[in-house]
Amino acid sequence: MTQLWDFSGGIHPPEHKDISTARPIRDAGMPAQLVLPLQQHIGDPAEAIVEVGERVLKGQKIADVKTGMGVPVHAPTSGVIESIADFPVPHPSGMADRCITLKPDGEDQCCQRSPVADYRSLERDEVLQIIRDAGISGMGGAGFPTNIKLRPPRDRKVSTLILNGAECEPYITADDMTMREKADEVVAGLKIMAWILRPERCVIGIEDNKPEAIAALRKATEGTQTEIAVVPTKYPSGGEKQLIQILTGMEVPSGGIPADIGVMCQNIGTAVAVANAVLEGTPLISRIVTITGEAVREPGNFETLIGTPIKHLLGQAGVNQDAVSRLVLGGPMMGYTLTTEAVPVIKTTNCVIAATAAELPAPPPEQPCIRCGQCAEACPMELLPQQLFWHAKATEFEKAEHLNLFDCIECGACSYVCPSSIPLVQYYRFAKGEIRAQQAEQLKADRARERFEARQARLEREQQEKELRRKERAQAAAEAAAKKQAEAEKAAADGQAVDERAAKSALVEQALARKKAKAQASQSPAPSAPPTEEKPDIEALEKQLEQARSKLETMQGMLDDAKAQQADNVEKLERAVAKNHDRVQRAEEALSEAREKLAAGPTESQTTH
Amino acid sequence: MWTSVLVAVVVLLALAVVFGGLLGFAAERFRVEGNPLVDQIDALLPQTQCGQCGYPGCRPYAESIAEGGPINKCPPGGESTIKALADLLDVEPEPLDAEHGVEQVKRVAVIREDECIGCTKCIQACPVDAILGAAKHMHTVIESECTGCDLCVDPCPVDCIDMVTVEPDIRTWTWTPPKSGLIATDRQGASA
Repeated sequence: MTQLWDFSGGIHPPEHKDISTARPIRDAGMPAQLVLPLQQHIGDPAEAIVEVGERVLKGQKIADVKTGMGVPVHAPTSGVIESIADFPVPHPSGMADRCITLKPDGEDQCCQRSPVADYRSLERDEVLQIIRDAGISGMGGAGFPTNIKLRPPRDRKVSTLILNGAECEPYITADDMTMREKADEVVAGLKIMAWILRPERCVIGIEDNKPEAIAALRKATEGTQTEIAVVPTKYPSGGEKQLIQILTGMEVPSGGIPADIGVMCQNIGTAVAVANAVLEGTPLISRIVTITGEAVREPGNFETLIGTPIKHLLGQAGVNQDAVSRLVLGGPMMGYTLTTEAVPVIKTTNCVIAATAAELPAPPPEQPCIRCGQCAEACPMELLPQQLFWHAKATEFEKAEHLNLFDCIECGACSYVCPSSIPLVQYYRFAKGEIRAQQAEQLKADRARERFEARQARLEREQQEKELRRKERAQAAAEAAAKKQAEAEKAAADGQAVDERAAKSALVEQALARKKAKAQASQSPAPSAPPTEEKPDIEALEKQLEQARSKLETMQGMLDDAKAQQADNVEKLERAVAKNHDRVQRAEEALSEAREKLAAGPTESQTTH
Repeated sequence: MWTSVLVAVVVLLALAVVFGGLLGFAAERFRVEGNPLVDQIDALLPQTQCGQCGYPGCRPYAESIAEGGPINKCPPGGESTIKALADLLDVEPEPLDAEHGVEQVKRVAVIREDECIGCTKCIQACPVDAILGAAKHMHTVIESECTGCDLCVDPCPVDCIDMVTVEPDIRTWTWTPPKSGLIATDRQGASA
């Protein structure tokens, strides 16, 4: 007998599970269209790798995650890709997201499968790759990619592997029926995961309200070391952290993951998917979905292709459209109301409740909190729901965070017991969302600051480099001038006796050099003020004029081309051509001015000295 | 009698010298470069670097606030930033100074790419290097890095930059707070 512990809090809501356990699992059949969202799990969305109009086979990969965390999406049957567009997806916001729609051709033609008879002969990483390529993500709740979960950090050895068959939420019986009818596959999947993780202990935790499932699994695990732990029925014993506490007596640290205490929890449906992927080579293209509620005539569990619209499933279960007052996806405690029947079944969809008005009445209006403290008693995470509620309502998110808001598992036990019918969980979800949005904004602001500072630093550096180059140039010019002067002096000394005229020219040259050196020395840091006397300057101006002319010509050419092609940027180019005309004119003026000045140059230079 | 007074005075003087020395040493040894308050203020500002406050970036504005300047000049931050600044500095929050602009929903710049002539003017204007491109080649905005500061719109010679409001999508959506308002006695009236 497995030793059991208890977790604090918890509630006992009416189960309503017998509604959907009376019939065996049925096949949901082939809908007219399959809608496959590209993001069906936590992580990065997949990218479509097929084209519209392409024919795909059953089990063919149609979308994959190239970089980042995620798993591929497969075609659930053979058919033609109709579109890749936005469709409503199962999400509490009721918003649309990118989906691939597939029109089945009815042939259900499979693509090549590669089953592995003896996975033990492979490397563990190869099996993990098979699990990834089969598109398996957790099928219980959040949908974490299974291959990543099955490879915990090196320093976290998983000593206990738990298969979560508690299924504590009212109405839902998908795992229950899976265990009853597919016990062998469940155990086969568990064996594969156990082989990957090599834990010391394997436990399947099942609530005591599922005797048939317990019997089936006992039979399937006969002769193995796998324990079947029958846990008392209490909501939310199927919560990962709660089940771990029940079965091991250990608590997952706040903000941590089960692997931190050497435990891993996997879902029943995930185990079946792993077994199918490895032993049969079938990717995750279908799952068991519970269709229940008093508004359907034949409630039960359906083997459903991923992408099947909820509308089709409701039709299979014989829905009485007039009686439906609310459609809930998931259970009544943690699920959310669907706004449309068009949304498809995805990898994490376990239950749809078509409830009548009497069954799930509209929530009564919220009344003031009377501080009765029942919520704190019911909370399985031992939080202070009242305080969290005050802080969330007053948007004092920091205080709520301080009281471990993020440890809340949103099980809804507090809202269930609240005598003032306060929708407590909604407040917590709101607060969590706001805090996450603020954190994201802060992150973005920090990045913007970094980029801004990097840019400032770069601009400053460029400025300094420019300055440095300018100084170097000035120095080089001054040196050259000094050299010239020395040469001139030498020439003057040499030619003293030779020619008076030569001496005179040397003098002029000397004066010029001196003046140039002086001008360079005094003006060098300032942007080149146009020295007007020298010949090289004329050259520069001529060059400038030349450049302006050639630019004008190319512009003119572009304009002519544009006119010929009747491009829409003709106007823009015309403006540019006009501008260049001005530039040429200016350059010409500057040149002629400089020439005039040069003519008057020598006298000017003499006057300055 | 006098000796005890003397002893007391000497002891106190000695203590004063020791602690004075300690404090002086600590002041030198643990000197903080710059004003840490500026960093704290800068951390609260939205880092759009838009200059709407009249300062060339968020940090200069943070410096001015640290010196006692007004805290209500930041339109992108809006009320929440003013509130956070008021909390930090322990002053009364003031309404946003409309002279510097009004609070707007979050926007990003988008270049109409077929109209871009590749002049690089917007690239030079972008304070966070969020525009990619080269001379005579098309430019584009890296949306995830754009702060929505507007500074690239004016320099564009062909007016091909639009400021587009960021719509919430399925990945940025968050739960709204529950609507309360009805009280129990309103229930009959509400359902009728």
